[in-house]
Amino acid sequence: MNITVRVWRQKNAQSKGKMVTYGVEDVSQDMSFLEMLDVLNEQLTLAGDDPIAFDHDCREGICGMCGVVINGIAHGPEVTTTCQLHMRSFEDGAVIDIEPWRAGAFPVIKDLVVDRSSFDRIIQAGGYISAPTGSAVDANSLPVPKDDADHAFESATCIGCGACVAACPNGSGMLFTAAKITHLGLLPQGQPERDSRVVDMVKQHDHEGFGSCTNIGECTAACPKEIPLSNIARLNRDLLGALASGKA
Amino acid sequence: MTAAGQITDVAAQYFGIGDDIVDTKAPTGLPIEKVWDQHKFEMKLVNPANRRKIKVIIVGTGLAGASAAATLGEAGYQVKSFCYQDSPRRAHSIAAQGGINAAKNYRNDGDSIYRLFYDTVKGGDFRSRESNSYRLAQVSVNIIDQCVAQGVPFAREYGGLLDNRSFGGVQVSRTFYARGQTGQQLLIGAYQALERQVAAGTVEVHTRHEMLELIMVDGKARGVVVRDMVTGEIETHTADAVVLATGGYGNVYFLSTNAMGCNVTATWRAHKKGAYFGNPCYTQIHPTCIPVSGDYQSKLTLMSESLRNDGRIWVPKKAGDERHPSDIPEDERDYYLERIYPAFGNLVPRDIASRAAKYQCDDGKGVGPGGLGVYLDFASAIERMGEDAVRAKYGNLFDMYARITGEDPYKQPMRIYPAVHYTMGGLWVDYDLQSNLEGLFVAGEANFSDQGANRLGASALMQGLADGYFVLPYTIASYLAGGPFEEIGDDHPAVVEAREAVRQRIDKLLSIDGNRTVDSIHKELGHIMWEYCGMERTEEGLVKAIDLIRELKNEFWTNVKVTGVNEELNQTLERAGRVADLLELGELMCIDALHRAESCGGHFRAESQTEDGEALRHDDPFAYVAAWEFGEDRPTLHKEKLEYEFIEMKARSYK
Repeated sequence: MNITVRVWRQKNAQSKGKMVTYGVEDVSQDMSFLEMLDVLNEQLTLAGDDPIAFDHDCREGICGMCGVVINGIAHGPEVTTTCQLHMRSFEDGAVIDIEPWRAGAFPVIKDLVVDRSSFDRIIQAGGYISAPTGSAVDANSLPVPKDDADHAFESATCIGCGACVAACPNGSGMLFTAAKITHLGLLPQGQPERDSRVVDMVKQHDHEGFGSCTNIGECTAACPKEIPLSNIARLNRDLLGALASGKA
Repeated sequence: MTAAGQITDVAAQYFGIGDDIVDTKAPTGLPIEKVWDQHKFEMKLVNPANRRKIKVIIVGTGLAGASAAATLGEAGYQVKSFCYQDSPRRAHSIAAQGGINAAKNYRNDGDSIYRLFYDTVKGGDFRSRESNSYRLAQVSVNIIDQCVAQGVPFAREYGGLLDNRSFGGVQVSRTFYARGQTGQQLLIGAYQALERQVAAGTVEVHTRHEMLELIMVDGKARGVVVRDMVTGEIETHTADAVVLATGGYGNVYFLSTNAMGCNVTATWRAHKKGAYFGNPCYTQIHPTCIPVSGDYQSKLTLMSESLRNDGRIWVPKKAGDERHPSDIPEDERDYYLERIYPAFGNLVPRDIASRAAKYQCDDGKGVGPGGLGVYLDFASAIERMGEDAVRAKYGNLFDMYARITGEDPYKQPMRIYPAVHYTMGGLWVDYDLQSNLEGLFVAGEANFSDQGANRLGASALMQGLADGYFVLPYTIASYLAGGPFEEIGDDHPAVVEAREAVRQRIDKLLSIDGNRTVDSIHKELGHIMWEYCGMERTEEGLVKAIDLIRELKNEFWTNVKVTGVNEELNQTLERAGRVADLLELGELMCIDALHRAESCGGHFRAESQTEDGEALRHDDPFAYVAAWEFGEDRPTLHKEKLEYEFIEMKARSYK
């Protein structure tokens, strides 16, 4: 199949960007979306043009490094990561718009590459359980009900890609933050720091310039790991409880 | 056919032979279960007040690097951590699916530290160091405790206790897991511990920074040169010790299950500064990956080998049979693993399953694009268990397969083919995980140490975390206690020289302006390595491969095209530097494979097989670690003789 892509090109954080149109021929429907971009980049390189910069690494949907907005949808038309999207999801002759994540807290570095270090700083603010190496008791001395463990796991599958932020009209990072609150808050090991964790992480979230959550739900719809919106409800309950108790 | 069992005259032309090398760190003359405890007691400690004056650089933030950085930060050292990704949470440990072994014996099924040790040494085909493998098994139990304390959500039973599964053909259930995402959950645990130390001010993380050179001062590793991948700035960082935890080098094959960015540059630069490279030819090839679909293919995706528990592997009996699988009647199918290995059937070890698939495809019986695939068929499992039960057990893997191939594995057999998955070789280290260069420590897949010539399933995660949480923090302290070392400034001649070397290499790459893209050369290297240094290796093929790689290296340095400039985010330049080093590594892998005229673990030499076509080891003379010293003309081989005091050397048999 032959397709046309319109790609956001921006030389660096300081310069203004624009959409640039390229044709890509002989695209196989078995190609992944990023392999299609690889092919285009080989063409650009041989022509002496600057290839399109985009983030990617594992290409199996788990590292969370890739992510672009495809035809207005974070990670494109399927519920998966950009790297797991294949060209069979598009028609021959399609025109595909490709843009970086758009959010105040994710400044563009170049082309489709954005700076997501704000996510790391939210984790630094409290997204952990303090358990210095060597201090642990035997693993089975701490039973965890299977349901809690399973729900904690489901929240812990968040890959930190940032699609939730890109999809949110407010540019909120609340689903990302809530996934961690839920993961750690469901486990007995996570209880001692539960109040301070939610207060500190939300404070950092706001400080980074993410928008507020107004329960729109675009985040969950775009999430390749299908993290549910109920995590945010849980975060709100924890936050209210912590603030009301005055402990954090 | 050339003689097997000794270094041939043809091979001997490619390298020199140096002095033997030995590990002097592990205490000797003790029962093996006492060695690590005795060594921990003998090692020197650093006073907590002095730790905050000591700097440690850790390159890589996978399981080994992140756990080491967090633990050393907790101890109070000043740690600088580097990764090429945009966050430490993305290192490729995250992609490991199956699980992590630990000798907890929670199943009461006869497991023990000694049994895990035994399985590791046997699985490594008697090419690992007993002392290291024992310690790995010993600290495995602490890893699970540590991870649970951090909140890693392992699978649990209804009673709330941890669940286990059997993995990789062993007879005990010692594998802990978190669905098919164990690597992700363990890495997130280590990452959170790391970020906690960032908040505490003990660890500085430098993301989007790639190490391009090691700084050596007076025979000691004292720092690194890194490139800021956003601005192109060439930075130097100095410290009292350097840890490389930079993973494996499977991307020398271009197509592998590694992440796109995985590379050998950090360890290769250290190798060129004098660190020995151990057993580079030991490569693990995983049998159940999704086959290549076209030339544009950028990577291969692994599916858990648990699929082989219920799937049956077959090819058409007739070569070149292009009928749809459902049109091929039962009596025209060859379930070749069940036929050749009736006792183990589809569950033979990874290397045997991989090689058997290759032979079928070599005979023209392969299926799918290019004839590079075999069927993995669940029809009889669906008939026996019902589709719902199959879906409950393998649903996520079936979905992944369907998404990538566009085929429905409930309706037609999957196609699978082997792919490069893990490299057992790496920088040579002693019992303290210190390379032959003082102050340079190497952890996780980047070192050669614990797995021998082949690795058991679910043991890579174990090794990464063992090294980072429970070994390195002790051994590096003992080294640092020998300080304080002289402060090194940015203007020290060794620092200036290393920085200049990096600059010149980058300038050279940017100035060639030829006609070949970096990827096209990388793909060509991959084809050479896969063809001649892949599942089956021969003297003739390896000699040819060395010639081809040398030509290709020349082509690279005269005809590669790297666009743009250094002072920007330049992904082509990043890849060019990595491919330049992979070309040199590929040549050394072929030389190592050529010199080792025996078959062992992940290294199969066609000249060295039994009458039944099984791998034939030659313990005399090859029961040694090949530690290679870099040379401009040719490398020098140093042998570390392997002695087995506790486990009797045996030949493997799966018939």
